[in-house]
Amino acid sequence: MTAAVRTTCPYCGVGCGVLASAGQGTVAVHGDPAHPANRGALCSKGTALGETVGLEGRLLRPRMHGQEVGWDAALDAVAAGFRRVIDTHGPDAVAFYVSGQMLTEDYYVANKLMKGFIGSANIDTNSRLCMSSAVAAHQRAFGEDLVPVSYTDLEQADLVILVGSNAAWCHPVLYQRIIKAKERRPGMRLVVLDPRRTATCDIADLHLPLRSGTDAMLFNGLLSWLSKERLVDHAFVEHSTRGAARALLAADNTAGDVDAVARHCGVQPGDLRRFYEWFGRTERVITAFSMGINQSSAGTDKANSIINVHLLTGRNGRAGMGPFSITGQPNAMGGREVGGLSNMLAAHMDLENPEHRATVQEFWNSPRMASKPGLKAVDLFEAIHAGRIRAVWIMATNPIVSLPNADRAREALRRCELVVVSDCVAGTDTAALAHVLLPAAAWGEKSGTVTNSDRHISRQRAFLPLPGAARPDWWTFCQVARRMGYHRGFDFETPAQIFDEHARLSTAGNSGQRAFDLGGLVGLGEAGYAELQPVQWPVRAATVTGDTALFADQRFYHPDRRARLIAVNPRPPKFGRDEEFPLVLNTGRIRDQWHSMTRSGRSPRLAMHLPEPFVDLHSADALAFGLAAGSLVRVVTRWGSMVARLRTSGEMARGSIFVPIHWNGSTASDARVGALTSPAVDPVSGEPEFKHTPARVEPFIVSWYGFALSRRDLALHDVSWWACATGASFRRYELAGRRIPKERSRWAQQLLEADTADWIEYEDVSAGTYRAVELQADRIQSCLFVAARPQLPSREWLAGLFAKATLSASDRASVLAGRPRDPGADSGAVVCSCHGVGRRTIEAAIGNGCKDPAAIGRLTRAGTNCGSCVPELRRIIGDLSEVSA
Amino acid sequence: MKKPDWTAICAIDDIYPDCGVCALVDDEQIAIFRVGDAVYAIGNHDPASDANVLSRGLVGDIGGELVVASPLYKQHFSLLTGRCIEEPELSVPVYPVRLSEAGAVSVQCRPTPARAASTRRRLVVIGNGMAAMRTLEELLELAPQAYDITVFAAEPRDTYNRILLSGVLAGDRRAEEIVTHPPDWFERHGIVLHRGDAVVRIDRGTRTVRSRLGVVAPYDRLLIATGSTAAVLPVPGNDLPGVLTFRDLQDVDAMLAAAGQWRRVVVIGGGLLGLEAATGLARQGMQVSVVHLTDILMDRQLDAHAAGLLRQDLEGRGLKFCMNAETVAILGTDRVTGVKLADERELPCDLVVMATGIRPNIALAKAAGLRCDRGILVDDTLLSFDPAIYAVGECVQHRATTYGLVAPLWDQARVCAAHLAERGVRRYAGSRVATQLKVSGIKVFSAGDFSERVGRESLVLHDAKRGIYKRLIIEDGRVRGAVLYGETADGAWYFDLMNEGRKVDDLRDQLLFGRPEQAGLATATQ
Repeated sequence: MTAAVRTTCPYCGVGCGVLASAGQGTVAVHGDPAHPANRGALCSKGTALGETVGLEGRLLRPRMHGQEVGWDAALDAVAAGFRRVIDTHGPDAVAFYVSGQMLTEDYYVANKLMKGFIGSANIDTNSRLCMSSAVAAHQRAFGEDLVPVSYTDLEQADLVILVGSNAAWCHPVLYQRIIKAKERRPGMRLVVLDPRRTATCDIADLHLPLRSGTDAMLFNGLLSWLSKERLVDHAFVEHSTRGAARALLAADNTAGDVDAVARHCGVQPGDLRRFYEWFGRTERVITAFSMGINQSSAGTDKANSIINVHLLTGRNGRAGMGPFSITGQPNAMGGREVGGLSNMLAAHMDLENPEHRATVQEFWNSPRMASKPGLKAVDLFEAIHAGRIRAVWIMATNPIVSLPNADRAREALRRCELVVVSDCVAGTDTAALAHVLLPAAAWGEKSGTVTNSDRHISRQRAFLPLPGAARPDWWTFCQVARRMGYHRGFDFETPAQIFDEHARLSTAGNSGQRAFDLGGLVGLGEAGYAELQPVQWPVRAATVTGDTALFADQRFYHPDRRARLIAVNPRPPKFGRDEEFPLVLNTGRIRDQWHSMTRSGRSPRLAMHLPEPFVDLHSADALAFGLAAGSLVRVVTRWGSMVARLRTSGEMARGSIFVPIHWNGSTASDARVGALTSPAVDPVSGEPEFKHTPARVEPFIVSWYGFALSRRDLALHDVSWWACATGASFRRYELAGRRIPKERSRWAQQLLEADTADWIEYEDVSAGTYRAVELQADRIQSCLFVAARPQLPSREWLAGLFAKATLSASDRASVLAGRPRDPGADSGAVVCSCHGVGRRTIEAAIGNGCKDPAAIGRLTRAGTNCGSCVPELRRIIGDLSEVSA
Repeated sequence: MKKPDWTAICAIDDIYPDCGVCALVDDEQIAIFRVGDAVYAIGNHDPASDANVLSRGLVGDIGGELVVASPLYKQHFSLLTGRCIEEPELSVPVYPVRLSEAGAVSVQCRPTPARAASTRRRLVVIGNGMAAMRTLEELLELAPQAYDITVFAAEPRDTYNRILLSGVLAGDRRAEEIVTHPPDWFERHGIVLHRGDAVVRIDRGTRTVRSRLGVVAPYDRLLIATGSTAAVLPVPGNDLPGVLTFRDLQDVDAMLAAAGQWRRVVVIGGGLLGLEAATGLARQGMQVSVVHLTDILMDRQLDAHAAGLLRQDLEGRGLKFCMNAETVAILGTDRVTGVKLADERELPCDLVVMATGIRPNIALAKAAGLRCDRGILVDDTLLSFDPAIYAVGECVQHRATTYGLVAPLWDQARVCAAHLAERGVRRYAGSRVATQLKVSGIKVFSAGDFSERVGRESLVLHDAKRGIYKRLIIEDGRVRGAVLYGETADGAWYFDLMNEGRKVDDLRDQLLFGRPEQAGLATATQ
């Protein structure tokens, strides 16, 4: 093992510090006790990072039209292609589509090239899909994209409101900090506003299961109620804000009656009043919001309706209070800081502000500045579809999985003259459509900075060598820029040089007008950059340590230094339910996966918790739509359809369904929920309405269900549906089909691509059951289980057999039974990913007298690392006590 | 208990038909009567008149029971029981009497025990095979005092466990080891055993049986357990020296003797018995060829796949097979020299063992006028057409089925014994049979019905490397049949499920992988 390197986790916006050390083919990862975001803790995903760094599936050399080429050829082709399109059709005929996964330095160079040299603002990012509504709301309210709250504030708050956030699964470390704070101060309250009863509700004092899309109504109601209850901070409103009267008028008009608001939002009036009371009577209150607010056609208004209540009560800029946008991506914030959205310029400067443009142009010595906002993600792909954009460079993101109406995005790329894709993974759905594929450095190989949700800038440091011909993205952009003729301005040799320029730009023309100021980080040099500790901006030249309290002076960043209350007229989602599409499709993340799973999907531990795409429904809806337990469901919207497994977790309200966003063409045959989602976007932020798409569900009729575990990757002919997950030294395929040939043995052998020298087979033709296992030298190679109904044996025990060098006689005898002769040897479906503890083990612990998660943890270790599974542990305890009661 | 000797009296012809004579034996006057071709012996002393006169009485029958009328006061005494018809408190002793083939009449001076306890009835058992003995054991268990029992055994040997014959042939056991009921067992239970003396006639009118050596034994109940004999192919040369069957210890002795002398053997019949004979002879060092009529070995018990595996295994042990082969002649003049098949092939050999099936022994029953088809027809209480005669074992035909395996015998014995003990609540509803091939190292289990039919469903497990093949036949959610090859531990469980008629839908997916352990019940095997 090499000495541990301090870096940050590449997943969510919490931005945890990790200590990584590389050994012979292995990487050990631990939480960094010194990092302010996590203080040593890690979630299940972070804990499993070491399992995701292998080179399997990596893109290691540039490719053009499928052929490997050298960097020179690839870079020349990209530069020439962009140059040609720009020369013929103008700068707005090209675009970059980048990602919140990129490092700030990569982002900076990309933004500089597009806005300052190509001269277009057609650079947008997948952050558009994530938190652009929050950005827009911050800009409207504060005059700048500022997140005024720190994680430590969460621990000091007396009331934490989580709106549209399943933090327990999506920001687990932050959620654990809230839990610990609540344990220390039992008087602290947690309120969750979410249509779903998510794991986050586990410790909530109050869960308001409001109807999808009614958040603004609820917060308008609160605004109006606060005013009526005379809970307004008049001094603050008077001196530090504008727009309160109009905002209140709108709130009174639309949500003046609490009972009516409760009815509209579908919550109990008593609960709503209690929530309003709690908010009104608690000074230290934080309203943390996430994708449930942002991903909406009224996302910006919703975010502003939240900020409004904090402005009206003056709960801002002091410890333990404020509106808090929690971002989803590791460097969404860094991207915002460099201006990596098509409606921003750079360093929190405004694209449409001529002074700002001049400042930047001068700083960059730029030949041609973009002068108007570029196209936002959805529009950008529309423009590609329409042929207005003819060359696009996609970096570190998988838009035809993640964009709304994603089939249309795929069609757009098919039509596009030049598609360049930079990625570290070769086989993404988007890479399949690239003319030029450029190998990027991955986490652990690249070096730079990221900014997390509470404005902490942290170093990501390399601890692995660059594999093959992979290069960091900033290098690739610089190379292409130079080949396009822009030598000066792109002669960076290290990320430190880029960061220095970025820091200097933040000070340009900034004498306090912009909060984003890294003056204190200018001139770090290579050594200083190498040693850079996590630091919260602003870091003005005088303060090196960072300034934690934004707005402490009650001054904001509109020219008049006042904040704005925004009058919000709540409006329903763009597309409503109707008879044809009577349900609302909601999308989101699951606990153990990240985005399109290109990294997290490689971890066997993470793959076991929820190993296949699912549709979560209320059980009464499942019944009403004729969906049998465990069967496959087709979800249909106006824009597309997909097929996934029925799940009735109990989290869903009637009339709504939930589908995780992670599955894509390389992990499932037909489970890209992006293909279904509404293309409606917020008029201000351009963020798509992922959380509300009218949908219907119908049975996906198949004649057989099955699964295969195999040491080989399978081509899967002759199946109607599949989903794939990575296990420890095998892949797991969930399968379903409409036809099994009479010659089942041969069919199975072809499906598994099996060597049949040692082949055990079980067949029950009438019941539609077929099972086979392939062994070599008594070691299991693959197995296939097929049944007419979705009820199949436990995969977990079979999966465990793949870890054995040889099967014992008793394993062999019961392998096709799919369970051991000794039922205790099957630990059941994984609940705790960190320690690999299965449900049966946990049930046994409960049977042995464990009455709470802590006791289970002492006995089984479940829930003792990241704690994300604690809500599930509690639920299992509940399930069992119901059974025995 | 020492048996009294037989005392020769006279020739049958010395007695006028339907008349009596008196003999003085050991100071006892014994009246001996000849009725047709049968002889009877009772005491000469008439208790009503206290005179020794009964030998001079007139013989007749009352209600089907043979009697002699006392010349003095005309009381009638039964020739079979000695009982007085008019005055039940009176009776005379009855003596065992026999008539030899040559016509010699002899008696035993000690009266038959029936008389000692006049309430006990007499049970005569024809046969000392496994069915007969099991029935007796069950009966002694249920009602040890109900009968005076007489057993006639055709074989001169002790009763032995025929299931273990193949073990003797294979050399795994010695003949003594398979004896189940040595003579002292009979003595201990007060059973009269006539060993090596076959019953040659049943006289249902007089309720007597008569043995080859001339013993006439009266019965109140008769149990026929004559078993079956090996079928002999009706082909030329089937009586040549060197042609054997595989049925009893004599056959095994003959085979073992031949194995020491000869090299090549043809076993005709690839069924259960044939294969046990073949492997046994191979163990004895002989070169064995098995001639089988179809292409499926043990075709009554196995399907084609299991039969194929079995054939592979047996070929691995040096056996050769001629499948689809019909034997048309046994060749040889003084002794077997070969077997001729229908396709003109000739298999040279020194020994032929026919194992082509068994035939129930029904000649005796048929001659007695009992209704027979392939076997003696019995009802669900194992009662024959005659209400005094029961039959069990391989000689019976119950609900159109005859059985050649041991398990149904056990079932029959239980029911029959219950009825003999007059605790007749049990009924025999037929048996499902399970078969295991008794060849060491080869595990075959077969039970129930596994023919393909609409509504029948198969569960099949193959594990070629371990040589395992299992097939269960399900019909109407219940196990109907099972064929197991290579691993038979669960056979008994399947057989239980089959017999219970239990619905197995809930177990279906797990059935072939063995009895769930948490069920906790030890597997009951017979």
